[in-house]
Amino acid sequence: MADAVLEIESAKSGELTPAVYEHPWPVRFCHWVNTVALFVMVGSGLQIFRAFPSFGAKIPEKDLLNWPKAFALGGWLGGGLQWHLTFVWIYLATGIFYLGYQVFSGNFRQVLFVPRDIRGVWPMTRHYFFFGPKPPAQDTYNPLQKLAYSSAIVLGILSVLTGFAVWKPVQFSWLAWLMGGFHLARVWHFAVMWAILFFILGHLVMVVLHGWNNFMSMLTGWKKNPEYTPQ
Amino acid sequence: MPSRTNERNFKRMNRRELLKLTPVLALGAFAIPKLQEPLLKAGLGFSDWASGLIFRKNHLAATFADSEVAPLEKFPINGYDVDDPDVDLENWTLTVSGEVQKPGEYTLAQIQALPKIQQNTRHVCVEGWDVIGRFGGTQLSEFLKMVGADPTARFVAVQCADDYYESLDMATAMHPQTLLCYEMYEQPLTREHGAPVRLTVPTKIGYKQAKYLTDLKVTRILDKVGYWEDQGYSEFYGV
Repeated sequence: MADAVLEIESAKSGELTPAVYEHPWPVRFCHWVNTVALFVMVGSGLQIFRAFPSFGAKIPEKDLLNWPKAFALGGWLGGGLQWHLTFVWIYLATGIFYLGYQVFSGNFRQVLFVPRDIRGVWPMTRHYFFFGPKPPAQDTYNPLQKLAYSSAIVLGILSVLTGFAVWKPVQFSWLAWLMGGFHLARVWHFAVMWAILFFILGHLVMVVLHGWNNFMSMLTGWKKNPEYTPQ
Repeated sequence: MPSRTNERNFKRMNRRELLKLTPVLALGAFAIPKLQEPLLKAGLGFSDWASGLIFRKNHLAATFADSEVAPLEKFPINGYDVDDPDVDLENWTLTVSGEVQKPGEYTLAQIQALPKIQQNTRHVCVEGWDVIGRFGGTQLSEFLKMVGADPTARFVAVQCADDYYESLDMATAMHPQTLLCYEMYEQPLTREHGAPVRLTVPTKIGYKQAKYLTDLKVTRILDKVGYWEDQGYSEFYGV
């Protein structure tokens, strides 16, 4: 990695543009692998759900919703399971690598929501949703972003734990028990998926709103003209 | 004081950083039709391998009180083909072959002479539903002992009256809750539920619990795994 903060000198005008290295390689790598893995996990998960779209008994079966086949991956239950049980390992390995990297590099401070971020949540929420004034940007992420990203990481962990409880309710009976039993584990697994999809929706809206330089930072690590003064 | 660089240099740095992400493109292999099937097969195989490690041979599946058992009419009949394959119950025998000291025909009376177990356990279907039933029968391990099965053989394969077939790994076959089941709800198995003998395996997914058994083979090599497995379902599928 080069210096974390640079000034780029324009050859023509000599003008200086600040740039900051925001996302180290492991974070970017995990982000994009996860993009694919989540797409596959959700698509194949919904395919599996189509086989029994209910959270009640088999007799009588009361379906919750008829999920369209076009928005499912794998073609049939067996195919859905193949994708799901293949990509779960990619998803899990990426998750462990990401968490390990964040902890050991200290980079987690960039994203981890901590108590002193609490007071910054409301001003940011007011700005985003209720036309409030924009609070000054100080770090890579504002308190609301930290809250969102930290929640997404927790949701990722929960998606794996609830999934293992559904997959192996006998061998991981303690996990299923923690979730209130096999039936509730299925409900949680489903609910966590929707929560992740909700996060992704918000994330994509913000990515669009924040423009090209911001988007490129997740590809190259470097962000030109950051909103904050890099330290 | 931040260091300074020029535009060309910055572009080069960005390109280098972008190239570091090329390993992500390896995932594109899953989109190539020729590679997709073998990759998913390998992934499922890895899952099965991990499942084998996760399986604990002495860990028991939860058992339930009689009050938690679903009534028989709410226990789904989930044959893949016909509900009743017209088994001749009078003259039924189980044909035992393979790595056993005493191959041959075994009658229901011989199976029923072995110690009887009653257990209320959960049947989990691959589709996602589950049902708690009351099952009676003898431990498969008892039967395997009686026929002198070689415990170092790797699999127990069964054939059914309706050309369904299944197999269990030896560790699961020897599990104390794995039953050669001949009763549900303290009544002889009905034809729809697999008369006269079916498998009950609380540590496995539903499709492993074959009904209307006709043949049982102890073997080191499986030429076929199971009806659903051979169409792409997990081979191990322990729960």
